[in-house]
Amino acid sequence: MAAQTLFEKIWESHVVRAEPDGTTLLYIDRQLVHEVTSPQAFEGLKLSGRRPRRPGATLAVPDHNVPTTDRTLGIADPLSAKQIQTLEENCRDFGITLFGMNDIRQGVVHVIGPEQGFTLPGTTIVCGDSHTSTHGAFGALAFGIGTSEVEHVLATQCLVQKRPKTMEIRVDGVLPALCSAKDVILAIIGKIGTAGGTGYVIEYTGSAIRALSMEGRMTLCNMSIEGGARAGMVAPDENTVAYIKGRPLAPKGDLFEQALQAWQQLKTDANATYDLIVTMRAEDIAPQVSWGTSPGMVTGIDQRVPDPRTITDENQRQATARALEYMGLIPNMPMTDIRIDTVFIGSCTNSRIEDLRLAANLAKGKHVAKTVHAMVVPGSGLVKQQAEQEGLDRLFKEAGFEWREAGCSMCLAMNADVLQPGERCASTSNRNFEGRQGAGGRTHLVSPAMAVAAAIEGHFVDIRHWA
Amino acid sequence: MQAFTTMTGLVAPLDRVNVDTDQIIPKQFLKTIKRTGLREGLFYDWRKQKDGSQEPAFFLNQPRFQGATILLTRDNFGCGSSREHAPWALLDQGFRCVIASSFADIFYNNCFQNGMLPVVLKADEVLAMMKDVLATPGYQLTVDLGNQTVTTPDGTHSRFEIDPFRKDGLYRGLDAIGLTLQHEATIAAYETRRKAEAPWLFADLQS
Repeated sequence: MAAQTLFEKIWESHVVRAEPDGTTLLYIDRQLVHEVTSPQAFEGLKLSGRRPRRPGATLAVPDHNVPTTDRTLGIADPLSAKQIQTLEENCRDFGITLFGMNDIRQGVVHVIGPEQGFTLPGTTIVCGDSHTSTHGAFGALAFGIGTSEVEHVLATQCLVQKRPKTMEIRVDGVLPALCSAKDVILAIIGKIGTAGGTGYVIEYTGSAIRALSMEGRMTLCNMSIEGGARAGMVAPDENTVAYIKGRPLAPKGDLFEQALQAWQQLKTDANATYDLIVTMRAEDIAPQVSWGTSPGMVTGIDQRVPDPRTITDENQRQATARALEYMGLIPNMPMTDIRIDTVFIGSCTNSRIEDLRLAANLAKGKHVAKTVHAMVVPGSGLVKQQAEQEGLDRLFKEAGFEWREAGCSMCLAMNADVLQPGERCASTSNRNFEGRQGAGGRTHLVSPAMAVAAAIEGHFVDIRHWA
Repeated sequence: MQAFTTMTGLVAPLDRVNVDTDQIIPKQFLKTIKRTGLREGLFYDWRKQKDGSQEPAFFLNQPRFQGATILLTRDNFGCGSSREHAPWALLDQGFRCVIASSFADIFYNNCFQNGMLPVVLKADEVLAMMKDVLATPGYQLTVDLGNQTVTTPDGTHSRFEIDPFRKDGLYRGLDAIGLTLQHEATIAAYETRRKAEAPWLFADLQS
């Protein structure tokens, strides 16, 4: 058999049938569902009189709209409440497992899938959410879909797909101290651009990637979509297996052993080829901060805000000038001079236990600047519980951070956690689009370590010379 | 789903690159449980001034672009969030076709699910059309899916590429789920085979 990439192995094991033009009916092993992109899909099923083909292959959770404050008070916004209630009704009507808002297992959909062992190597995973790429950290083919396709998967357990191209992004070497997976992926997007991955599935390889924890790999794969790629993946290894073993929905006993044998085959063959290869050196990656209104508008903390006058490409010059105007930044100012009002630590990118451990320990014994409002939103109820068992909540609170309930929160500000116009935020989330965290809000994407340091100093600092 | 064959329509210009779906429809409009009525949220933050009044400079607020059915824009249109509310909002506003020099994958795919045609033309063709739209009141284009062409008022044809399977589904207005369900036996056979190979994938959740 010809040498294959990891992606090709997973793709081929899920082909149900193929059209003459290569369009493929692809089998979907797992679907995750949340309240925002599913109501119209369930409505479609009802209108057409269809039932889910395998309701037990789907797991649902409300995350986008949920309050991160005291939930015994209910949801103040009637529209948010209605959307969550609709999810509950649909799950009941169609026999789908739901972790409700007050279930300890509730959390951001891309945190709970792996946490529960629902996310497994070699599987195809979809969700009506572009950050489904997160699950690729386990060597799964995982990608975001629209609501019509959510309905399609519910009804048929399949999706019609055109085979994407393959891209290898190889990062070798050792990351500088306190540089993390977030800095790696931001640097990658800065290099390939926000459309660089369009039409591709990315496989991340190299010694710096192998050295990442599962949490780090999730952060990395999570933002593949910000580089235009619907999916990103890392081949499973002993770290992957150790993470999965014993989780509630992971296979047990003989089934686990059988799965393990299959997972060991999930790697790119030595002679396999990719359509495109990008390489980077880990040593060259500085802590990253975005300065603009697209994740590709990013630079190292030791750099300056770009000057549109020095950009020769007209499109790029205009886009840069427009972004700087929106962001209220002056060309050539050092990144470390940017003062912030708000810090958000959370989102499907950076809200897992490892992120919180690092952030809490950096905050230990220090205090958030008087001018800054800082909040920590754990990725799930279980992450929150574990953090509290480890005393991380106390470290955060003593340092002046708010400690919240789990959810998407200020990453997209669908709940009450919203930036005011002009408010400037250091955020561990994934998108710095205009208005993403609130109309007129200004978002700078950073790692958890960089967010903590900015909270304490009131402006961005180079974490390598800070802690 | 509504079929798409040919259309001639007024063109509206959105002369920007990297327009993300958060701009096409901001989050506060995603709390609906319906597919309809989303035009109110379309490009909301660009359409409105800070005090909530209409922004007169934005193209959708200009009288000459009222009734436009074709949106002309630039690179990487529809990047970011997978929200299908983006094509729903465009459709609700009356756009059946979006022409761009490139699209983000998920948005491109979502259009086909809703009887909308996303057309990719070369960057220089888009730039030339953009110039003409701005210079010519009432500028119309004809989009012919069957022949895969966009025709300008002076009769110039630009050809675009599209997957045959997608083209056929849109041209005939086929129900995508119904089409897949015609292969139910093949899906069942796949499941039987796969269950023997990888039984751990079939330990389904019990609600």
